[in-house]
Amino acid sequence: MKTTYAKDMELFPIPLDKAGFVVVMVLAFFVIPLVSSHYMLVSIFIPFLVFSLAALGLNILTGYAGQLSLGHAGFMAVGAYATVVMYNRYDVPIPVALLGSGLITAAVGSVFGLPSLRIKGFYLAVSTLAAQLIIEWVITHVKWISGGVYSTIDIRALEFMGWQIDTAAEKYQFALIFVVIMAFFAKNVVRSRIGRAWMSIRDMDVASEIIGISQFKYKMLAFAVSSFYAGVAGGLLVAFYYGSANIEEFHLLVSFQILGMVIIGGMGSVLGSFLGAGFIVLLPIFINLTISFVNHRIVDLSKVFTLDLIANVENMIFGALIIFFLAVEPFGLARLWNTIKDYLRLWPFPY
Amino acid sequence: MSETLLFALELTISGLLVGLMYSLVALGFVLIYKASGVFNFAQGDMTFLAALALASFVVKIPLWISLIVVLAIMLILAMAVERIVLKPLVARPPLVLFMATIGVAFFLQGLAQGIWGTQPRGLELGLADQTYDVAGMFISNMDILGAVVAGILLIALVWFFQKTKTGRALRAVSDDHEAALAVGIPLRKAWGITWAIAGIVAIVAGALWGSRVGVQASLALLALKALPVLIIGGIDSIPGAILGGLIIGAAENLAEGLIGPAVGGGIKNFFPYLLALIVLAVRPYGLFGREIIERV
Repeated sequence: MKTTYAKDMELFPIPLDKAGFVVVMVLAFFVIPLVSSHYMLVSIFIPFLVFSLAALGLNILTGYAGQLSLGHAGFMAVGAYATVVMYNRYDVPIPVALLGSGLITAAVGSVFGLPSLRIKGFYLAVSTLAAQLIIEWVITHVKWISGGVYSTIDIRALEFMGWQIDTAAEKYQFALIFVVIMAFFAKNVVRSRIGRAWMSIRDMDVASEIIGISQFKYKMLAFAVSSFYAGVAGGLLVAFYYGSANIEEFHLLVSFQILGMVIIGGMGSVLGSFLGAGFIVLLPIFINLTISFVNHRIVDLSKVFTLDLIANVENMIFGALIIFFLAVEPFGLARLWNTIKDYLRLWPFPY
Repeated sequence: MSETLLFALELTISGLLVGLMYSLVALGFVLIYKASGVFNFAQGDMTFLAALALASFVVKIPLWISLIVVLAIMLILAMAVERIVLKPLVARPPLVLFMATIGVAFFLQGLAQGIWGTQPRGLELGLADQTYDVAGMFISNMDILGAVVAGILLIALVWFFQKTKTGRALRAVSDDHEAALAVGIPLRKAWGITWAIAGIVAIVAGALWGSRVGVQASLALLALKALPVLIIGGIDSIPGAILGGLIIGAAENLAEGLIGPAVGGGIKNFFPYLLALIVLAVRPYGLFGREIIERV
């Protein structure tokens, strides 16, 4: 029985959850970097962390505040280039550079969020699409940012207060620290007054305005916080994953992928952002493994299907999954996880 | 006429003709929006699918048979979308439906390229590309054909939506799914019809686009240009889509030709969006769009 507000707002109402969280953290910080191969870290865990952060940012905007953005890859690009420029040219320590590029991205995001005060829904989607294209153009055409039309700049060797961050495990741990802190922050923001204001805007903006919630303040805040996350994710992506900032990596399709992560993971759920990102990062690897397994063990697929079909099956599955989750489980993997958890908690006496 | 003025005029004319193509794609968006309240992000990929299918059939069988085959494909597609995507999502928020169509877009792109390959193709409609010299400017017969087809489509669609009973029913559905169901409009049939019409528009747009610029995946992205067209014209207005397309086509061509060289070029990609943002600031529902009045 919950008798106090503090009790009601507890982060881990179930003791087992708290223990589980500690176990996950220990696993993530110490066991994974020890036991996983270089390949696993570089091609699964690091992208998973970075895209979780990006998905978390979009989830704050779309899942909590109800504002759609199709420009999140553009915001990531802003953060990516800001990080490289700050770290390479001005010797800003890498954590400061990451947070600073988050702030720059937040400013950019707020500017492109301004139309949300007058418009919503699809109109807003189109204006965030404009953000994506305008950012792409500015980055490729302003020489000071990208150094010309090819727009690729390598980041120099990572180093922080004498610590050379050069192995995959170190990069992973460094990124993990950022992700964990920012996930905690997000989890708490959405449970606060701000989060409740966002949800009221999402559920019915006219009504929330009438009860005195400033649409300007909270919509701008949502765009700022969301782009802050996207910016830091973009910076992490460049610093710890690609090793260079390249505008091609922040294509419009990436915006859709992040949106897909949010939908599949669960809109309006911090946990869902992680589940969705994990799902989307693993999906192509899983598909490739399945194809090669079937190829070797069962039947040579290239004899049954054309190569084109095999190459494009990923797009089809991605699209089908989005539709599937929207139709069947609109709250995504996060809700699925909660359902399972509740079932197990009450088992074997569900009544 | 001064040199710059003639140059500007030429840019405007060629821009207007490209703009007509934008209008055609935008028309598909407007149709589905008008009739079901769904913003169909997959319209671009439907156009791509139609163009790719047509391009691959037309080299083997006569044009008119391939057109019929593609028509059949689009009709089946419309029914499948209605059955698989829209039916489970009845009375859900428009944003959810929009995101579902993003899923459809991915699926269609994968499907089209999976079946017919990823190589760019040319699309020959058996029409020789001739250019006419009109008062010092060059206009191709493909452009004129496009203009005529777009005009016919426009008139037919306006008539359909304003004058026929089915058209009225579709407009009612777009207003409110549940209310339309309550007064006895068969919702699913209405959606099927809409998507079928949008499919036909996709064939026309795909054929005309494809014969001009070739058929490749970027066709679907090119269709994104239809989005600022919608913003400028108003998301639920058929004349708005046509006029918006013309404005965008002319404006982006003029911008690229006149401002482009000064800032390093490539502004054609985002200029329409910039224009759309400006229009949004002044008229949030576009030039012809219907203002949405919300109540608590």
